[in-house]
Amino acid sequence: MSTRIYISRDAAAQALGADETLLALQAAATAAGITLDVVRVGSRGMVWLEPLVEVVDGDGQRIAYGPVMAEQVPALVAAGLLQAAAHPLRLGRVEELPYVAKQERLTFARVGIIDPVNIDDYLAHDGFAGLRRALTLTGAEVVQEVTDSGLRGRGGAAFPTGIKWKTVLDQQSDQKYVVCNADEGDSGTFSDRMLMEGDPLCLVEGMTIAGVAVGATQGYIYLRCEYPHAQVALEEAIAAAKARGFLGRNVCGSGKTFELEVRMGAGAYICGEETSLLESLEGKRAEVRYRPPLPAIKGLFGKPTVINNVISLASLPVILQRGGAFYRDFGMGRSRGTLPIQLAGNIKQGGLVEKAFGVTLRELLYDFGGGSASGRPIRAVQVGGPLGAYIPESQFDTPLDYEAFAAMGALVGHGGIVAFDDTADLAHMARYAMEFCAHESCGKCTPCRIGSTRGVELIDRIIEGTNRAADMTQLADLCETMQHGSLCGLGGMTHFPVMSAVKHFPDDFARKR
Amino acid sequence: MSDIEHQQQMAVDRIVASHAGQPGPLLPILLEVQASLGYIPPAAVVRIAEGLNLSRADVHGVISFYHHFRQHPVGRHVVQVCRAEACQAVQCQATEAHAKQALGVDYGGTSADGTFTLEAAYCLGNCAAGPSVMVDDKLYGRVTPDRLDAVLATWRQRS
Repeated sequence: MSTRIYISRDAAAQALGADETLLALQAAATAAGITLDVVRVGSRGMVWLEPLVEVVDGDGQRIAYGPVMAEQVPALVAAGLLQAAAHPLRLGRVEELPYVAKQERLTFARVGIIDPVNIDDYLAHDGFAGLRRALTLTGAEVVQEVTDSGLRGRGGAAFPTGIKWKTVLDQQSDQKYVVCNADEGDSGTFSDRMLMEGDPLCLVEGMTIAGVAVGATQGYIYLRCEYPHAQVALEEAIAAAKARGFLGRNVCGSGKTFELEVRMGAGAYICGEETSLLESLEGKRAEVRYRPPLPAIKGLFGKPTVINNVISLASLPVILQRGGAFYRDFGMGRSRGTLPIQLAGNIKQGGLVEKAFGVTLRELLYDFGGGSASGRPIRAVQVGGPLGAYIPESQFDTPLDYEAFAAMGALVGHGGIVAFDDTADLAHMARYAMEFCAHESCGKCTPCRIGSTRGVELIDRIIEGTNRAADMTQLADLCETMQHGSLCGLGGMTHFPVMSAVKHFPDDFARKR
Repeated sequence: MSDIEHQQQMAVDRIVASHAGQPGPLLPILLEVQASLGYIPPAAVVRIAEGLNLSRADVHGVISFYHHFRQHPVGRHVVQVCRAEACQAVQCQATEAHAKQALGVDYGGTSADGTFTLEAAYCLGNCAAGPSVMVDDKLYGRVTPDRLDAVLATWRQRS
């Protein structure tokens, strides 16, 4: 008789000591004469409770304890952790914790629950139901289902996924590709990583659905090299899917082919921009391409290419399984479905919250996040990565909705929210935004390549304060030039963090130092 | 040609040959060469260019574009300190300053004993538990200056 425990293999859980906790648990169990049956799962998304340990009790319920540090394990096991006994660190069933109970998990439904690379576990939790249904439909019908769902690109650009696919479907070509943009470089975002580590088969299934729908036989996952844990999980998942006939020359016995390969990036933020990602996949310097032509018409190796973010692709299995209308019923306005939101930075209860669009920043920061980690007031949040706007407390009641955020000069982006307390210096953060743009610029267009460096110098002068009024005017001019003159979003969106900081936190730029 | 250079060339040739027929093989080859040799030596550029029928300028252009590729040897372990916004929100500046002081180098430098090369990272994807540090492929969260000392000590012992 063995005791089953679940502990995460997610990079964030490992970063907080999950491996060491597991070793301590195994040692303590052996000493107590108990055999452990260990399942390494993804993270439940409550990063502040990692390392989280779940123990199956006598009723077959998974009882959570956390955070469980290795040095606490001997005392915890002595107190009956392996019998699911009472203890101050005992949290009960994860599903009943408010942080989880209040979520609407569609894309992340399995993450933290199943063994990420076990096909049988995946099948037991609705795995491949979406693909099986897609295989009974025509390509046009699958594309229509995706269009009906209202799904918009979750990488940040929010372009309707169905329209992108329709363009690829309509192309006549001897070869088409499906490319997954897994170059999740935005600070404050980690939902792609968590999905790839916690439910990689969901991404495999989503990409296969895309391939079947548009007639593509080869897929590539372009993964940033900072994510070695995700690479391992994806490689294991692809091998497992292939061995069981869910990938390869005869997908689910349909006679259709879909092959999948993971390609690693090499540390270039710009590769999150889809045309530079394609250049990189082709083995070139990742310089942004001129558009047109669109990647949907001339993409990878000049062939029609579906290129979507991890979360967009991982949302397809549930959309195909339950229908576009089911997904569309979540959300508000033109923002349909759910968004895996990431609470990051100076936040007490950081982690992943999947909610339908419409939830407000205030609910996310306080009801889920529990306020700042430092206990000081939250002064600003940056939403949508390094190119997202800084948002002041007065706008925390804005619902998460692409249009509502655009209306206030901000963006939802990939759904990352970075909280800053009242010690943050927004002039410094504006300078950093320019510095980051200079560091990551591909160099192809002048406004981004030169403008970002001039921007750093300008903000340095503003902070110094010798000729502040004129420099502030020039900064606004520079931002406008970069916005309208840059080839892609890197130079084109750096004005969001810079000018939002100027607008909402003018004192930080005017202060004597 | 020294023995070491000869061995490096053999390794590079093997890697290039193993990617024959793969579409867009340059990045996978460069990543593998760096993983195997620790960096991409000048001699490798020539072999890769010949193997893929590219110019040396093409290969050099790609190597110099990506932050991850190195053209010089590094220490036994690479320490990456995240300096992106989410880590700044939890005072990664203190961790950065401490790392530079503890290793006696700035970003890009290698400690005098050859154990660690220090690099800046722009998001390690651990944004709910910063400041984040990665040593080789092992990620650490909530790395205060004190915890950084403990982490570095562990790796020093290992090497």
